Formats: sequence, structure tokens, C-alpha cells
Amino acid sequence: MNPHRRYRFSLPLVLFLSPVLIWLVLLIVLPHVELLLMSLRVEGDDGGFSYSLANYRQFFDEPIYWLTFVRTAVYAILVTFLTFLVALPVAFYITKVVSPRRQGLLMLLLLMPFWVSELVRVYGWMILLRESGVINHFLVGLGLWEQPVEMLYNDVAMVMGLVYTSMLFMAVPLVSVLESLDDSLIEAAHDLGGNIASIVFRIIIPHAMPGIVSGCIVVFMLTLGNYLTPNLMGGKNSLWFTEQIYNQFIASFNWNQGASFGFLLLLLSSLVIWAGLKITRQKLGKVVQ
Amino acid sequence: MAIDLAVNQVSKSFGAFTAVEKVSFEVPQGHFFSILGPSGCGKTTLLRMIAGFTPPSEGLIAIRGRDMQGVVPNRRPVNLIFQHLALFPMMTVGQNIAFGLERRREKRGVIRRKVARILERVGLPGFEAKKIDQLSGGQQQRVAIARCLVLEPAVLLLDEPLGALDLKLREQMKVELKKLQVQVGTTFVYITHDQSEALVMSDAVAVMNAGRFEQVDTPQNLYHHPQSAFVARFVGENNAWTGRVRGGDAAALQIDTDDGCRFVCRAAESLDAGSPVELFIRPEALLIEPDEGIADLNRFEVQVRSILFDGANSRLLARPLQTDTELLIALPQNRQYDHIRVDDRIAVGWAPASGICFAAS
Ligand SMILES: Nc1ncnc2c1ncn2[C@@H]1O[C@H](COP(=O)(O)OP(=O)(O)OP(=O)(O)O)[C@@H](O)[C@H]1O
Ligand SMILES: [Mg+2]
Repeated sequence: MNPHRRYRFSLPLVLFLSPVLIWLVLLIVLPHVELLLMSLRVEGDDGGFSYSLANYRQFFDEPIYWLTFVRTAVYAILVTFLTFLVALPVAFYITKVVSPRRQGLLMLLLLMPFWVSELVRVYGWMILLRESGVINHFLVGLGLWEQPVEMLYNDVAMVMGLVYTSMLFMAVPLVSVLESLDDSLIEAAHDLGGNIASIVFRIIIPHAMPGIVSGCIVVFMLTLGNYLTPNLMGGKNSLWFTEQIYNQFIASFNWNQGASFGFLLLLLSSLVIWAGLKITRQKLGKVVQ
Repeated sequence: MAIDLAVNQVSKSFGAFTAVEKVSFEVPQGHFFSILGPSGCGKTTLLRMIAGFTPPSEGLIAIRGRDMQGVVPNRRPVNLIFQHLALFPMMTVGQNIAFGLERRREKRGVIRRKVARILERVGLPGFEAKKIDQLSGGQQQRVAIARCLVLEPAVLLLDEPLGALDLKLREQMKVELKKLQVQVGTTFVYITHDQSEALVMSDAVAVMNAGRFEQVDTPQNLYHHPQSAFVARFVGENNAWTGRVRGGDAAALQIDTDDGCRFVCRAAESLDAGSPVELFIRPEALLIEPDEGIADLNRFEVQVRSILFDGANSRLLARPLQTDTELLIALPQNRQYDHIRVDDRIAVGWAPASGICFAAS
């Protein structure tokens, strides 16, 4: 058979795919086109508008904008990395150490926090950490601290909150990829003289690479686009870029500027993910499977 | 001769279940030692205790005279070839073999030379850059062996490594593995449930059943002088009868079989009259149409049910008259017996010394 035939469109195929296509066009392509046009539009003094790159220039001229942008990117990468460091042992424990019966229970425990909304989860952390919160109460009560310490509203608290929020999205792909790792490979490496470090870096991580990359992509994108956690747990001067976008749309009512920021964020996440795939030599098609 | 591996009264229980029970054996340096037993009898458990993955519940394991209690697998001078090989799919053949050497922090140049040399030894010269999934089953087999042998272990443990191969390749690898073992002179402990593998390759074979060793002996002795009914049944083909003792002593025991035949045979021990016994006779010990002049033969008539032609391994399937017992009788391919047809009645005989009987349990 002619291999090219496989890609020819037929009427039933088009009909079959049309709901998906319409959904894609209406909900994803059209808004983005609109956003792009909006970001290029500049309002003149006379009330009319013209198209230019002025909104993008504004971003580079104003240090607060691009500093927030860089900060957000760096922190998102840091959060992704920390989430990976926490999730790998957890996933390894669930798949390789506990008995299969308890495996399900642990997965359930991992899922549990995600039954409530992110807002409730963040408030949970706030109740624990704030100056009049549970932890301070106990530490002062035990006489370990003289007086309550404010543990919220700093970068550490924010990063911790973001890692917590992202855990599941890293742990699930890692669990599924580690499940396919044959135990005897680990034993064989051990038998041949390997220690924990060489088993992790030579056997487990190379095997888990597709899962690691897909988990990292999801966590990175979610963190980059997160609004609630940085806003509620971060300090007053630890701005997240999504807050800048929000400010432009809602506070300054400058939709054109906001649209350009939105596009820059989209560009950033695409760029970082592309770089990540290049560095780890993974193919997107294989990772999203 | 120096003893490379000594296993002394080793047991392993999982909860109430005993997988290995009081097993003892010694393997001298350079020997090929096999453990033969049916599936689930505890072979892998025993091997994993030697390799250090499972701690024994009881008993001692010593390798080259050094007690292995508390020594972790990566510090033991033994290597294990897994039932499914466990080659690292994320590495090339060369990296697989170099893995252990790198862990020992050997120099790059030395590693490269050793890898090349061992690959040549197993008949895969220049395969360093190949991926594992590009290799055939037999080639993967050899890489797994090379990966262990390059570390020059005191003892190489093999867990049914030929199990995954097809029959033809298995026959071929059997011979090659034995040749390789003789060349490198490493002590091999090989486990299998295939008796022909064990008999062909080994200097000594232990027959294992339900966690215990039934007999440890040379392949010839296992075949000709089994010490239990289990060994007689498991090693090689055997015809079995159940019956009762009528009289006589161990050298010439008279037996009435349950299907009504009367035989004289040797026994492992003397048995009281009336006690139940199991009698075993090899297919090749049953002589077709024996010469009338031979004295002391157990003689009877059989009816041929079918002729199982298989070259040098051809046999007759026959029933003694008036019984339902099925017997396998070796059919030598010297054309002397070409006249035998299905449903023929033929005379059969066997010498008392070639049958053996055990007290039935
Ligand atoms: N970790 C374990 N927990 C409980 N029982 C076990 C464990 N490992 C093995 N067993 C049991 O011990 C017995 C022996 O198992 P083992 O794997 O040693 O058999 P084997 O002789 O290697 O069989 P095969 O030829 O099928 O590989 C089996 O009945 C098995 O169910
Ligand atoms: Mg086994």
C-alpha cells in the first residue's frame, strides 16, 4: 500500500474530528489570535489606535517588568527541580519498596490533598505558618521560641507552597514510569558492585527520563502560570509575573499591555520547555505518551 | 582442592512457609555445579541467598573460606546472571560490560581492553557500540555472561539463563557454556529445571525437591544409582510400577506389582515382606525379544500401542498383557526391529540389576 494514503483526509474522518477541531479553534486558537492582535495595538491620543510593538518595548524599558519576568522564570525552574527531588524518592518508595497492597493506599494519600481546591490548600498552609498559626502556637507553648515568628510572606514559604501544589503532577508520571522498571535491573546493578548513587544515576534516572521530562513540563507550566500561591504566600515585594498581567488587565485597565505580557509568558514557557527537551535529548512525542 | 563455595545447613522461611530447608553443599574451585529441581522448589531463593539479596533464616554461607553473613551483594565476590538476564537497556553492550569495572574505579584504558577481550572470549568481538535490543537472544545471553565474567568473580551464579531461548539455541548454548566454563576455569553454580542441561554440563548435580536436596552426585551416578524415588523419576526417563514386597533381600527383592506382574530386582535397602514399593526401569533397560539363553531375566509379554519414531531416541509405547500400565521401551535403530508393528505382541525382558525399587511413601 502507498504509505502516503494514510494521511489523505476523507469525509468521515473530517466529520469525526470536527468536534475536536471546533473546540480547538474556538477555545484555543481564536482567543490567542485575539490576544496577539490586542498586544500589538496601541491607543493614540485621539481615541483611535494603531499597530506597533510599543507594548513589548514598554516591557524591556521598565526594569520592574522584566525583573519580575526573570525572577518568575528562575523560581519556576527551581520549584520544578525541587519538586523532582522530593517526588523521585516518593515515587520510588511507592513502586519498589512497599507491598502492592499498600501501594494503592499511598497513591490515595498522595491524591487526597487534590480533592480540595488550591485555595483551600493554600489557606491550610497559611493557618499552619502565620504568626498566630498552629506551628508558632506549639513552638512558643513548648518554650522553644520566645515569641511567634512570621513564617509566611517570604520566598521560602512561597516555594514550599508551590512545590506542595505541584507534587502530584510530578509523582504520577514518575510512579508510572518506575512501575515499568524491572526490579532485576536494580539488583543486577547492585550485584555488579553498584552503590546507591550509581544505581540512581545510571539505571533509575535514565530509565525514568520520559516520565521525568513530562512531569517537569507539567510542573513548570503550572508553576509559571500559578497566580494564587505566590500571591497569598509570597511577600509583598516578591512579585510573580502572573500578578503583573493581572495588574495590567484589572488594576491599570491596560488590556493591550496585559496581552503583550501574556504572550511573553507563553513564549517563555515554550522556550524553556524546548531547551529542556534539547538538553535531555527527549522527543516531545515520546514524552507526552 | 580449594573450596570456592560452602553452604552449611542453610534454611529460608517466608512466614510459615519454608522455601529452602537445611541445604548443605560444597563446590570446589573450577567445578560446574548444578542444582536441578522442578519449578517452585526453592532454587532461585537459594541462589539469591548466595548472592546476598536474601538473608538466610539459618545456616552459613562461605565464599573462598570467608563467611558472608552481613556482606551486601556489591561486596561479595560472586556475580549472578538473572533468569531474564537483566541487561541494562539504556546502555550499549560495551557500557553494560564496563559497568562493574567502572564501579571498581579501574582506569579507562584498562576497562576498554578488558571489555574487548571478554567480548572476544564470548564470541562477540567488536560489539561494544551495539544496543541491547539490537542483539538476538543468544547474543544477549553471551553479553550477560561477559558482563559477569569480566569481573573475575570467585563464583558465577546462573539462574536458568537458557530458559528464555528456543530449543535449538538452547542445545547450542549448552555446549558453548560448558566450553567457556572450562576455558575460563571459573566456578559455576547453575540452576535449572531441565535435567538434560544439568547432566550435560555439570561436574556435580544436586537434585532439589520442595526445599531440600534429595541427592548430590555426579550426573552418571544420578542416572544409574538414584537414591530416592523422586530422583529416579526426575532425572532421565523412567518406567514406574507400584507394588508390594513378596520376599528376598536388597540384592534380589521379589515384587508383586499392583497390575499383576512378578519381578526380581535390586533395592536401595532391604524391605519387609508386604511393604509397598515403587519400582523404576529405564526405557533402555527393557530388552526387546531377549535371547532365550540369558538366565535370570524378568520376562513378560507386551502389546505395542504405538511406535514413537525420533531418530536415535525412538521408543515403543507398549502395555504388558492384561494390564493398563504404559511402558516406554527404547527402540534401537539398528534395523533389527523394523518388523515390529502396532498391536504386535512381543517378548520383553530386563535384568534384575537394571531395575531399582524404593519404599513407597
Ligand atoms: N519473597 C517471597 N515471599 C514469600 N514466598 C516466596 C518469596 N520468594 C519465593 N517464595 C516462595 O518460595 C518458593 C520457591 O520459590 P523460588 O523462586 O525459589 O522457586 P524456583 O525453584 O526458582 O522456581 P522457578 O523454577 O519457577 O523459578 C515458591 O513457592 C515461592 O512462592
Ligand atoms: Mg527461579
